[in-house]
Amino acid sequence: MNHSIPIWDSAAECQAREPLQRLQLKRLQQTLKLVADNVPCYQNKFSECGFKPGDLHSLADVDKLPFTTKEDLRLNYPYGMFAVPLREVVRIHSSSGTTGKPTVVGYTREDIRTWTELVARFMTAAGVTNEDIVHIAFGYGLFTGAFGLHYGSEAIGASVIPISGGNTDKQLMIMQDYRSTALVCTPSYALTLADRMEKQGIKPSDLALRVGLFGAEPWSEQMRHELEQRLQIIATDNYGLSEVMGPGVAGECLCKQGMHIAEDHFLAEVIDPDSGQVLPEGSVGELVLTSLTKQAFPMIRYRTRDITRLRYDRCECGRTLARMEKTRGRSDDMLIIKGVNVFPTQIEEVLFQIEGCEPHYQLIVDRENNQDRLEVQVEVNEKIFFDEMKQQRTFIFEAEKKLHSVLGLSVKVKLVEPSSITRHEGKACRVFDRRQ
Amino acid sequence: MKVEQISIFIENKSGRLAEVSGILGQAGVNIRALSLADTSDFGILRLIVNDTEKALSILRDHNFTVSKTEVIGVEVPDTPGGLSSILQILDQNNVNVEYMYAFVERSGDNAVIIFRFDHVDEAISALTRNGVKILKGEQLTKI
Repeated sequence: MNHSIPIWDSAAECQAREPLQRLQLKRLQQTLKLVADNVPCYQNKFSECGFKPGDLHSLADVDKLPFTTKEDLRLNYPYGMFAVPLREVVRIHSSSGTTGKPTVVGYTREDIRTWTELVARFMTAAGVTNEDIVHIAFGYGLFTGAFGLHYGSEAIGASVIPISGGNTDKQLMIMQDYRSTALVCTPSYALTLADRMEKQGIKPSDLALRVGLFGAEPWSEQMRHELEQRLQIIATDNYGLSEVMGPGVAGECLCKQGMHIAEDHFLAEVIDPDSGQVLPEGSVGELVLTSLTKQAFPMIRYRTRDITRLRYDRCECGRTLARMEKTRGRSDDMLIIKGVNVFPTQIEEVLFQIEGCEPHYQLIVDRENNQDRLEVQVEVNEKIFFDEMKQQRTFIFEAEKKLHSVLGLSVKVKLVEPSSITRHEGKACRVFDRRQ
Repeated sequence: MKVEQISIFIENKSGRLAEVSGILGQAGVNIRALSLADTSDFGILRLIVNDTEKALSILRDHNFTVSKTEVIGVEVPDTPGGLSSILQILDQNNVNVEYMYAFVERSGDNAVIIFRFDHVDEAISALTRNGVKILKGEQLTKI
């Protein structure tokens, strides 16, 4: 282990557990006051469970606090969860909602500073320095991935290439010519780049890539190994979610033994997704995060629905912050396709809106050429069946267009015969995820 | 003048076509003409049968998605240039053909082509004005 690799903020990242916990408690109490004073949703939740901010005396009392779910955010669309007036919000980002309406999040100037710091932390942990040329192939826009990594890279002093997503050949040209050293994208896009390189006869030695910072979707150790071999880079994982911040919630150091969570800014718990009970240290369960310093969009015990395990033992890098394992699934029906969150309910809503369409549908997810593919199979019926091929194809095309507009993702719509999709009484739609 | 044609949604799975013809055969329905328009995912099977309502009913009972469309059957001289002369008449009268396919049997010395038009009345008018014979529905199914 190379101990000369810098730590961005060693005072924070290597602090002893006791002072850390005191800091967490203080910040949590401040956050509870902030939401109790400003966010009606939390005022209601607190009064429902008879909680007053003064009731929290220790971190052990956290389980007295109510959870926050995606549904709360949906009900408070767009700005209901904001704890500050809009004039203090300097950035707005968005993430997929369970319905066509997205989840809207906001940041004050201070929030942006914190966010930048946390991204700088994990990028530094992955070995990125001001000598690096950071190639950001996340789509710039309402998703938090691109901007998060952009600001963190600039804070480190690296040279940022904000290339955004798409156009693989151009990405490769820029990597070769501009000499990108750090690659930021989804792990599946990194595989797509590797595939294209092979087709074009570009060898890793033709590029200057050294390290990859991959996130926005779950990926396995096998995939890491494959990326490291094919691109000749160190491949690191990082985790975040817009509802809680964006990228920067957690990230791997070069030990690659779990992602260090920014615990001075987020309180992490693991719960049983069915009972809501907090599980003992080291258990596998659903990650719940409470923001400790967020001003515009504080979150109390937000249910991420990501399944993981936390470890509190010492890491060889010297950081004392707890680590989370690579996420190993979800406790809801959300899918991640090409790094984009997709809820079956979003699809159902679109299908309901299509005249004549009965939403008997199922979702087939698979991976072709290292790219995720989503196929929406819809049962045909007489109202949406047309004698003319032209009309039939137009119908399918319009449905795909509507879905693309809502999901932010291209999907294929396939009509299948009636009753070929088995009905489940009162159950959610069927999803066949054929990816490994 | 107009003939009823049945259209059936066929998913691109093996055996589906055989199933349709089997079901109709068992019900005593006779297929007089057929055409299959296909994409990689599904096909639209078009049939002209001797008992349209019976066919629709039996297909629906077996969970097929069906629809009924009006087409016309046109007598075409069974010689080279026969079809071309018909199509020229349509072209000159700005009548658009959506699709067409041949009928199994002949009508006397003539071939029979099934046409689907967007504007069927204009088509009928243009053809009859030019001496083209359009078969009546019952004539067609009884050839």
